[in-house]
Parts: sequence; C-alpha cells; structure tokens
Amino acid sequence: MKILYFAWLRERLNRGEEEVDLPADILTIADLISWLADRDEAAALAFEKRALIKTALDARLVSHDTPLAGAKVVALFPPMTGG
Amino acid sequence: MDIRVTQAPLDPGAEANAFIARAAHAGAVATFTGLVRSMPNDSILSLTLECYPELAINQLTAIAAAAQSRFALADVTIIHRYGRMLPGEPIVQVMASAPHRQAAFDAAQLLMDHLKTDAPFWKQETTPAGTHWVEAKSADDDARARWQ
Repeated sequence: MKILYFAWLRERLNRGEEEVDLPADILTIADLISWLADRDEAAALAFEKRALIKTALDARLVSHDTPLAGAKVVALFPPMTGG
Repeated sequence: MDIRVTQAPLDPGAEANAFIARAAHAGAVATFTGLVRSMPNDSILSLTLECYPELAINQLTAIAAAAQSRFALADVTIIHRYGRMLPGEPIVQVMASAPHRQAAFDAAQLLMDHLKTDAPFWKQETTPAGTHWVEAKSADDDARARWQ
C-alpha cells in the first residue's frame, strides 16, 4: 500500500510518500496510524496529536475508522488551510 | 461547472470576463478573489501552498455540486492555485451565476467557507522571522458550520 504525507506531517516524517507491507492485523486507518507511530521516535512525535490528522483513501476523504481493505493509496495530513 | 487546481498564474479579470460571457442568460454573477495578504504589522514575504491535487479536484467538485443544487446555479467555477506566491497575487477565485443576486452571493460565500476547511491545501508563510505552517482556524470551522 502506498502512503502519502503532506505539510508538517511530511516534514516531521521526512518523507512525502512510501510503500508499506502491512501486517494482517492492520485493518483500519486508525490501526495504520498506531502502527506507523510505533516505528520510531520521529513518527511517535509526528502522530502525537493523532485525532487532528485527516485521512483520505484513494483520493476520497474518510474517517479514522474506515477499513483499508481494497484501497491502493492512503493519505495522511494536517487540517486543511485552503482558500 | 469548471474546477481547476493549478500552479499557473491566475488572471481574475480575464476569468471573470469569460465567466460572465457564458452567463448571458443567468441574470446575476458573483465573483470572489482571495489574495495573498501582507499587512504593515503582519508582513509576509511569500506564501507557499502545498496541495494534494487528486483529492482537491474531488473535494472542489463536490463543494461546487452542493452549491449548484442548493442555490440552483446556472454555472459555477472554482480556480485554486498552489505553489509559491507573493503578496497581492490571487490564490483562489470562485464565481457563481444564478437568476438573482442573493443566490449568487450566497453561493460564493458557501464555496469559500467550505474550501477553507475541506480543500486539501496547506499554507506556509515566509515572514522576516522565518517560515511556518499556517494553523487551521476554529473561526473557519464556525463559518462552514452555518451552512449545515
């Protein structure tokens, strides 16, 4: 699965995207964020306020409890500041 | 409906003229242009917008469709730039045409209130003191909520 990161989340993780092979027990976006946050200290810090993080699956906005099954691209990003 | 997400410069006057020419039978057109702001006591050297283009197109299309059906618009355009911009440059332009002015004004306001919070752009300001990400404002959430 491909993960995209934007804005300060991208900066704190020091990457704009990555490919990951997920363990079988990672079922939802919330599971994915917890799994990512556990990888190292920078990730733990980046996902410290994880309720703030917005998420999209295959370029559609979704909530953290959405299942990952079948999705190709998941995007994680801070609150949007358009306009 | 015309939805564009682009790094190219934006000419709001030319866009407005083209939109108005297509709206000859609508009766009313409202256009809004958002600019990079720099105030004497809050000066900005440049503004850089990061974007997730695929999601931006989907979100702006959904916002425009909602405005179109709610206000029975004849036509709607949203143009949103990303990349680096200087003070005074246009960032975003929304235009709505309708039979009467109230629908056109309300649609332009709804479009802006929604794209502040729901369009995947992230602003980074460069000031004389350095560069920082602009934080999302709760006032923007409040402005969006009044349309629900």
